[in-house]
Amino acid sequence: MVLQSLKNGLWLSCVLRTPKACFWSAASGGLVIQSVSNDVYQNLAVEDWIHDHMDLEKQQVLFLWRNSPAVVIGRHQNPWQECNLRLLRQKNIKLARRRSGGGTVYHDLGNINLTFFTTRKKYERMENLKLVVKALKALRPQLDVHVTDRYDILLDRQYKISGTAAKLGRTSAYHHCTLLCNADKFVLSSVLKSPLKGLKSNATPSVPALVKNLFEEDPSLTSEMLLDAIAKEYAVQHQIDHHITLINPADETLLPGISDKTKELQTWEWVYGKTPKFSVSTCLNMVYKDSVFDVKVNMDVKHGRIEVCNIDLPEQWLPAGLYSELVKSLTGSKFCPNETTTLVTTLLRVCPQDDELHSRWSLLCENMIRLM
Amino acid sequence: VCIHRVRSCSSIRFIKSKYVCVFDKSALKFSHQQRLFRTSAVSCGQIVQFKLSDIGEGITEVTVKEWYIKEGDSVSQFDSICEVQSDKASVTITSRYDGIIRKLHYSIDDIAFVGKPLVDIEIDASKGVASEEDVVETPPMSHEEHTHQEIKGHKTLATPAVRRLAMENNIKLSEVVGTGKDNRILKEDILNYLAKQTGAILPPSPKGEIVPPQRKAEAVPAAPKDKARKIPVPVSRPIAFAGKDKTEPVTGFQKAMVKTMSAALKIPHFGYSDEIDLTQLVQLREELKPLAEIRGVRLSFMPFFIKAASLGLLQYPILNASLDENCQNVTYKASHNIGVAMDTEQGLIVPNVKNVQVCSVFDIAVELNRLQSLGSAGQLGTSDLTGGTFTLSNIGTIGGTYAKPVILPPEVAIGALGKIQVLPRFNSKGEVFKAQIMNVSWSADHRIIDGATMARFSNLWKSYLENPASMLLDLK
Repeated sequence: MVLQSLKNGLWLSCVLRTPKACFWSAASGGLVIQSVSNDVYQNLAVEDWIHDHMDLEKQQVLFLWRNSPAVVIGRHQNPWQECNLRLLRQKNIKLARRRSGGGTVYHDLGNINLTFFTTRKKYERMENLKLVVKALKALRPQLDVHVTDRYDILLDRQYKISGTAAKLGRTSAYHHCTLLCNADKFVLSSVLKSPLKGLKSNATPSVPALVKNLFEEDPSLTSEMLLDAIAKEYAVQHQIDHHITLINPADETLLPGISDKTKELQTWEWVYGKTPKFSVSTCLNMVYKDSVFDVKVNMDVKHGRIEVCNIDLPEQWLPAGLYSELVKSLTGSKFCPNETTTLVTTLLRVCPQDDELHSRWSLLCENMIRLM
Repeated sequence: VCIHRVRSCSSIRFIKSKYVCVFDKSALKFSHQQRLFRTSAVSCGQIVQFKLSDIGEGITEVTVKEWYIKEGDSVSQFDSICEVQSDKASVTITSRYDGIIRKLHYSIDDIAFVGKPLVDIEIDASKGVASEEDVVETPPMSHEEHTHQEIKGHKTLATPAVRRLAMENNIKLSEVVGTGKDNRILKEDILNYLAKQTGAILPPSPKGEIVPPQRKAEAVPAAPKDKARKIPVPVSRPIAFAGKDKTEPVTGFQKAMVKTMSAALKIPHFGYSDEIDLTQLVQLREELKPLAEIRGVRLSFMPFFIKAASLGLLQYPILNASLDENCQNVTYKASHNIGVAMDTEQGLIVPNVKNVQVCSVFDIAVELNRLQSLGSAGQLGTSDLTGGTFTLSNIGTIGGTYAKPVILPPEVAIGALGKIQVLPRFNSKGEVFKAQIMNVSWSADHRIIDGATMARFSNLWKSYLENPASMLLDLK
């Protein structure tokens, strides 16, 4: 196996001259590249870049990448429904929305990602997954792995070790999948569980599955070995030399426009704002002084912003004027704890300075914010 | 233009002749007009049903997840139309034609079928400048050309530059008297019309040009402005700046700012500024920084400023008070919850350090670190953002020396700290030395705070900072 760094000026002039890059190696049916970055946004941006700019007619591409802890939701999914956002924030786990469909996955360095780039016509997921299985079996013949008709790879007929998603554009397409080598299953299961009840939406739901790491089956396996085995099999099938070319997703000269793509993937509008319309119908259990009571809350959220907001408070618990100010402020603002906190604390500045009022207000608002 | 074409759809020859009688001969130089004459059968607003093409892998149906266009939008070939999903694959469907979307066959979450119509597109071979709103996006032209614009049945002749001028000033061309050939409206005519409206006499210099200069990347052609009645000389037109104004609702952080500042406006502010010599403090901080680092804390100047303010408030508690809505009662707050203005990605937030009166400088530094990291992560809690009694804004970290800060209700005072500059000053011996100078600008509520109180507080605060050792005497 040869790891080759991209310092060749020839391809650079090639890249800059043609809008559809006639990329790195001049004459071969395939190319295997690996990202040096573990940043999920940078790596997703590389996928976008290759999808938008590379001419895959003559040369198909296999992209290998790993991320530091992140949760990646599918294009049309609802992050509030799919994961525990509070836990993500506490643990500093990133949240990303990819452009392909499918369900939610947890990435960390014990998980490898494989992206198969082809032209739209040559899009073929089963072939790709069979390639992966073949590589695994070549590495460890005793492994019981097979591809299901849902495009999952199962270990021992019951544990999911790989999930798949795809993106099709006008002329090119890509199919990517995960592969669990040695991921933290404990964190995985805790972050992929949403505490939010009463959420109604048409977003694509994830199908939970029992997972297992390949490492648990065979402790001698490492991520590097698996990456190498798959790259080797790809090279054999595409009749190319077994080279893995390293790329740096931060290199703007190599990938012009990549930093804009990376930035876009991190915007709130993309990650949260692309959530299909949904509604939240829940009950806040409020404990105030000696009384305990339920407060029904109904909210409609579109593009990640609160369209409609109804809070069923006991009469006169908050002055009517203040209640309507609260509803008015929330309407149109992001379904986001940070923004809501800023809004509600600001409203406190302009209302009567009454301790009783302030503590009721804080109680209500903190409960509301916990929903987000 | 569009209306004409639809009405005379029956025969191309009929359209041809209709155009000839309306346009000036020079209109034939129009590139897009040439396209109209050149097109074949697919013109005259023919509706084409764009069918959902094969996705691959034998897929026959998909779910429509997002529309990128709506009915009435114009699309170009290869523009994205919608996003559909099928079994973990997300597919971007792009348009095969240039034209206008006339019908969407599905709503969001409907099942769409491969081979069945997805959208109806009205094929439009030429993208004529049909609507008034399109004026800004007129394609670049190398010589003066005339377009006709139909407004309420009136045909008015005017160049695109003139039309743009009219549109920017909300002038209806139908109300302007044209003095050019064939009653064409000239720039002079627009200017005259405006002069009559505003009663202003428009100066002949380019500075008096009505067209706002900052909207254009290139300068508007400097046609002669003098009032002499002459037809404007055709000028080489630079590429029109095709930017459009963007209107968005005020939401989120901005809403919060609007509320706070509107309330703040009701407070009669007065300002008071002074200069602080921080030379000794700078030295002290240099000595203490490594000690704090050993304890895992980043020590900036703010903890000193905050503690000194609290010591000052002990002597002048009215600055840590609150006036009720009816200005009937003043509440002297016991806790010194000193707010620190923070600039985050989303905007201004002001978390506060609670009970500074019982905190050491180090305690304040620890708390500031905590608030700063939460602030940049967007995770400040409600208790961090409420209960403030006095605020300091360190705008100097971004830049600036003097400021006019706005008091954040329900507080009555605020201080803005400028940047620390190295400036020459005279010492007691009359020698020039390098001093570390920072300016502070205070604002206070003049209903209950008078200038003298503010000045004395500022002097006390200044003395603590100029001679940090004196803080030791009064530290609680």
